[in-house]
Amino acid sequence: MDFAAGYLQLLLTMDMTVRLSVVLILACLAGLFSERAGIFDIGLEGKMLISAFLSATVAYETNSAWLGVLAAIGGALVFSLIHGLASITYRGDQLISGVALNFLASGITVVVGNAWYHQGGRTPTLTGNGRFHEITLPFIDTMNNIPVLGHFYSEVVSGHTAIVYIAFLTVPLTWWILFRTRFGLRLRAVGENPASVDTAGISVVRLRYSAVMIAGVLCGVAGAYLATSQAAAFGREMTAGRGFIALAALIFAKWRPFYALGATLLFGLLEAISNLYPNINVFNLFEIPVQFTQALPYILTVVILAGFVGKAVPPKAGGEAYVKER
Amino acid sequence: MEKMPRWADVALVPLINVALAFFVSGLVVLAIGENPFRAIWIMISGSLGSTSGIGYTLYYATNYIFTGLAVAIAFHARLFNIGGEGQAAIGGVGASLVLLAFNWPYWWLALPFAVLGAGIFGGAWAFIPAYLQAKRGSHIVITTIMFNFIAAAVMGYLLNGAMKNPNTQNAETVAFPAGAHLPTAYEVLTPLGIPFSKSTPLNVSFLLALGCAVLVWFILWRTRLGYQIRAFGHNENAARYAGINATRITLITLVISGALAGLLAINAVMGQQERLIKEFVEGAGFIGIAVALMGRSHPFGIVLASLLFGMLTQGGFELIWDMPDVSREMVLVIQALIILFTGALNNMVRDPVERLFLRFRKRKS
Repeated sequence: MDFAAGYLQLLLTMDMTVRLSVVLILACLAGLFSERAGIFDIGLEGKMLISAFLSATVAYETNSAWLGVLAAIGGALVFSLIHGLASITYRGDQLISGVALNFLASGITVVVGNAWYHQGGRTPTLTGNGRFHEITLPFIDTMNNIPVLGHFYSEVVSGHTAIVYIAFLTVPLTWWILFRTRFGLRLRAVGENPASVDTAGISVVRLRYSAVMIAGVLCGVAGAYLATSQAAAFGREMTAGRGFIALAALIFAKWRPFYALGATLLFGLLEAISNLYPNINVFNLFEIPVQFTQALPYILTVVILAGFVGKAVPPKAGGEAYVKER
Repeated sequence: MEKMPRWADVALVPLINVALAFFVSGLVVLAIGENPFRAIWIMISGSLGSTSGIGYTLYYATNYIFTGLAVAIAFHARLFNIGGEGQAAIGGVGASLVLLAFNWPYWWLALPFAVLGAGIFGGAWAFIPAYLQAKRGSHIVITTIMFNFIAAAVMGYLLNGAMKNPNTQNAETVAFPAGAHLPTAYEVLTPLGIPFSKSTPLNVSFLLALGCAVLVWFILWRTRLGYQIRAFGHNENAARYAGINATRITLITLVISGALAGLLAINAVMGQQERLIKEFVEGAGFIGIAVALMGRSHPFGIVLASLLFGMLTQGGFELIWDMPDVSREMVLVIQALIILFTGALNNMVRDPVERLFLRFRKRKS
């Protein structure tokens, strides 16, 4: 393989990595907000699934992808509210609440989708304005004159849908909110030591609800991207465990926004490789089975969780309901 | 502090929770344009109205007893095993390897070895997440979910490769030897003069499941190990201080849990399919969570909850025939709502009920 062809192959892989990382980035940041405030959120998966479904149906019925995003955010917020009720107001088990919401999403999307469209849970294919279209960034022609870098610009940086750019901008925004605003400071404090926040006269409940709601908005956008950008319809179980992989990335990233970007890009790369090269032949000696490449993100998640890649310390008050002293 | 009576905590609150779950499910049925009362009637008559319905109900209940017990024993140690789905699948591989290894002459000879195979493989699949939890502190919930995905990949690899039946297009093994056929309810009951439908997959595994329920009760409340498991679940620090080895308890509990989930294969693979297919678990591993929560992690409660979920599953299939707009995922919705109300939103019902009892008591005195 000569250099030019190899470089093009590399750019293609990077382009696909970017596309596949978007869902993971948004979900990972959603988990980051929630867990930094002390609320575990196993239900990222379910929130994305219900929003993917709502965005696909609303975008199809109204022929507007942006209305689809709004509906998606609305659906995810309802799920967030239930999770907040269960884990903040009623001090229930946060893991069980998340598991229930995941099942609820995978059941109700198929039941309602089937009743409406009779396609075994699929929604009709989106066309025209029902989908997000790729944006070509300016200066493509001038950039193309520059060797190497120009192609990187036109293949990898340019030519994505609006949500892709939004997702990547959310990373510095999250960092700024968490580490440069008063709200962010309080939010982190409530995940480490809610009693101290309470003593300072700030409402633990309100802070935690805000965090859970922000997570809902991000999951909503992620789900909408899945159904209106990455694919052109909703399909049953289309999240395929990405919510859990995002949680693993969050641990890998040690609950930090920019690390989260790196971790999710890594998982996106893995998925891109298994999509582009399902059967990898190793030096003509043996072939790696496709099932292995498919399972690789999950295996890597286990390896990362096992702490073989450095120790991760979660927010101290994570998973526990705060009971005010009486 | 004053408390409400025990019966209210153990029976009344869960009943209200389940009623709420069914109420919301009814709203969903109403929203897609069907009559929820007719749906309930179809489900009840479909699951209990004939011996064929009863047979299927008990067959599904058998699966749920195994996975419900698996989740429950882990709950007692405050461990949340969501990996029943994968453990059952790998248990199926274990049972199949045993059953395909010899030309078994009698089922009663094959059964104990198949139980061992399923149990050891299911237990081993739980051992890895258990070890990682105990030694490396990785969260059991996420690792067991990951192991479900990995198990699905392993099944796909084996059934398209080493274990595949070369004479078919499907991803499945060859049929087990005829001698390994487990007696069905029809074959057992007919000689006794009890008429029973010939078509149901209900088999002797049902008795095995009930036996496991008794065994789990015995382990938890009549042995030193069970005491240690419960102590560990109540207060990890106190248990450690009392000299209980946390690593050992975590490993043993989760291996038992995985083995119980693996035994599902005895019913679904050895009992029904009589060969290994890819998707035999059919979500039973997840339903086990709802069953354990509803049964309050007590074997007796789990058997009752399994019967209810067996009815739901079988009734759900009947529902699709009569109401084409309702798909079988409706069962998943009901299951999710039961987990939500009994597991996560329990205090929403419990607090007002308790207040009611206390006020009532105050007025009396």
